[in-house]
Amino acid sequence: MRSGNPLLYLALWFFLSLLTLFPIYWLFVVSVKPAVDLFTTPSVILDAIYWKNYVNVINNETLRGYMINSLIISTTNALLVTALAFLACYALSRFELAGKENIFFWTITNRMAPAAVFLLPFYLLFTQVFTFGDWKLYDTKIGMILLYCTFNLPFAIWTLRPTIDGIPKELDEAATVDGASTWQVIYEVIFPLARPGLAVTLILTWVFAWNEFLLAATLTSFNARTITTGLSEYVTTTGTEWGAMAAIAVITLIPALIIFAVVQRHIVAGLTFGAVKE
Amino acid sequence: MRSNTVGWLMLAPTIAILGIFGIIPFIYVLYVSFHQWNPFGASPDMIYNGANNFRRLVFDAEFLTSIAFTMKFAFFAVISEVALGYLLAQLFMKEFPGRGFFRTIHTLPLIVAPIVVGSVWRLMTTPSIGIIPYLLKSWFGYDLNIGRDATAAFALTVIMDIWHWTPLVTLTLLAALLALPKEPFEQAQIDGANRRQIFWHVTLPMIRPAILATVFIRLMDALRTVDEVWMLTSGGPGAATRYVGLHIWKIVFPKTDYGYGAAISVIVLYLTLVMCWLLYVALVARRERKRTF
Repeated sequence: MRSGNPLLYLALWFFLSLLTLFPIYWLFVVSVKPAVDLFTTPSVILDAIYWKNYVNVINNETLRGYMINSLIISTTNALLVTALAFLACYALSRFELAGKENIFFWTITNRMAPAAVFLLPFYLLFTQVFTFGDWKLYDTKIGMILLYCTFNLPFAIWTLRPTIDGIPKELDEAATVDGASTWQVIYEVIFPLARPGLAVTLILTWVFAWNEFLLAATLTSFNARTITTGLSEYVTTTGTEWGAMAAIAVITLIPALIIFAVVQRHIVAGLTFGAVKE
Repeated sequence: MRSNTVGWLMLAPTIAILGIFGIIPFIYVLYVSFHQWNPFGASPDMIYNGANNFRRLVFDAEFLTSIAFTMKFAFFAVISEVALGYLLAQLFMKEFPGRGFFRTIHTLPLIVAPIVVGSVWRLMTTPSIGIIPYLLKSWFGYDLNIGRDATAAFALTVIMDIWHWTPLVTLTLLAALLALPKEPFEQAQIDGANRRQIFWHVTLPMIRPAILATVFIRLMDALRTVDEVWMLTSGGPGAATRYVGLHIWKIVFPKTDYGYGAAISVIVLYLTLVMCWLLYVALVARRERKRTF
């Protein structure tokens, strides 16, 4: 395709970035203001920076624990979900399984449920069904990792399927003829070509797990409590501690950004298919 | 050729996890929906009441308006997100300096937790303390008051949703565009097709499955939005932004009318399912017929 003037793109992206960043900038502004200053005439420019909110948050050991829980839960969940979805999509795409389109559709129905009512059955499952002696699934990281599959796995399957379907079957067949096993085909042919799709799926499932709030608030108490839930503890019925909440939110952007930067490198065009196809 | 057992084995973990955490809770909710049950109120024990909950919701004006508002919200939000997301994904396909940097910036809204998104937008738009009403007032003389103006509140929830979720669409469509083979485009150019023709006859048919998947995900997420809108408007003014997720929330939590909440959830789930199924059948059937590559 034609590529126009790079300066034009830069100008356009600069403008779009301003729109994207403004609410995040405002989050930062809120986090560096004492509470009283929030309710004065607003101004886009910051005249003084008040770090107290950050100091309080960083010195808070409980929040640090929540942050680590969040990192473990969302990273494990995203990796697990992406791997399972990759296999599932390969199966759906390459095998003639009876009723596979119905299974494909069924997976997504798991994401449709309005959360509020489903909290109770999850709670019962976690406290009364999945228990072995004193051990309960309630308030464990593994419980949250498995539970987050209910909304992330369908998502991953639906975003990956078009990518896997788009990889020409001729490539698999050529490799099979050359004596590759199914696993070799998956690992050496499909995996490199599906890389942009896998990277995007990994990022987005990570985001969903990282931001999940309702389930974590109901099904954890301390050991597996996540940072989003910790954050909501500052939103109370008597009022919200905006500054502290915003400071936590800004801090949570950092690990997310690092993970994004690492994974984003893989969002690049795969090999050209043409060389092999014709 | 290859045995299907391998295929089933690859699907097994997915089916097992979704079976346990998807089907069992659903059966429970379905069971509760046929009972009158208010654990902290008039009927602490579950009393079987047949289809009474369902009969009640057909005449529940609040519920019906919330469905209508939710549909309107989902419609505007999803259409704008997909159109905008596609354009941005196409822009990211071009080579220009700082592409990776801008892509990272563009994905930032996704990392902000929904309750924080709602809170920040609330702080930005609350009359007299928010920056947006202040600027609108001083630049255009427009008085934005989401506490009173239902249309403004509705529009704002849509804009907030677009801000938050367009990057998701951009990323999924970008992945789809990157995975496309190059020949059809080169061939079309050699054949003298113009940009619009290439879009309608080459790009669109090839990325239709990805667009469909993205529309689905966004549609069902928009239909069950709670956190963001709750923080921004609390469902007000009046019931203008009381989307169905919020409506269920209010029935289940402050009122603890669990049986009725379950019935509404079952119906909402059913409506979402039917809507998506029809869309799926229509679009996939079409794709199968027109499959050219």
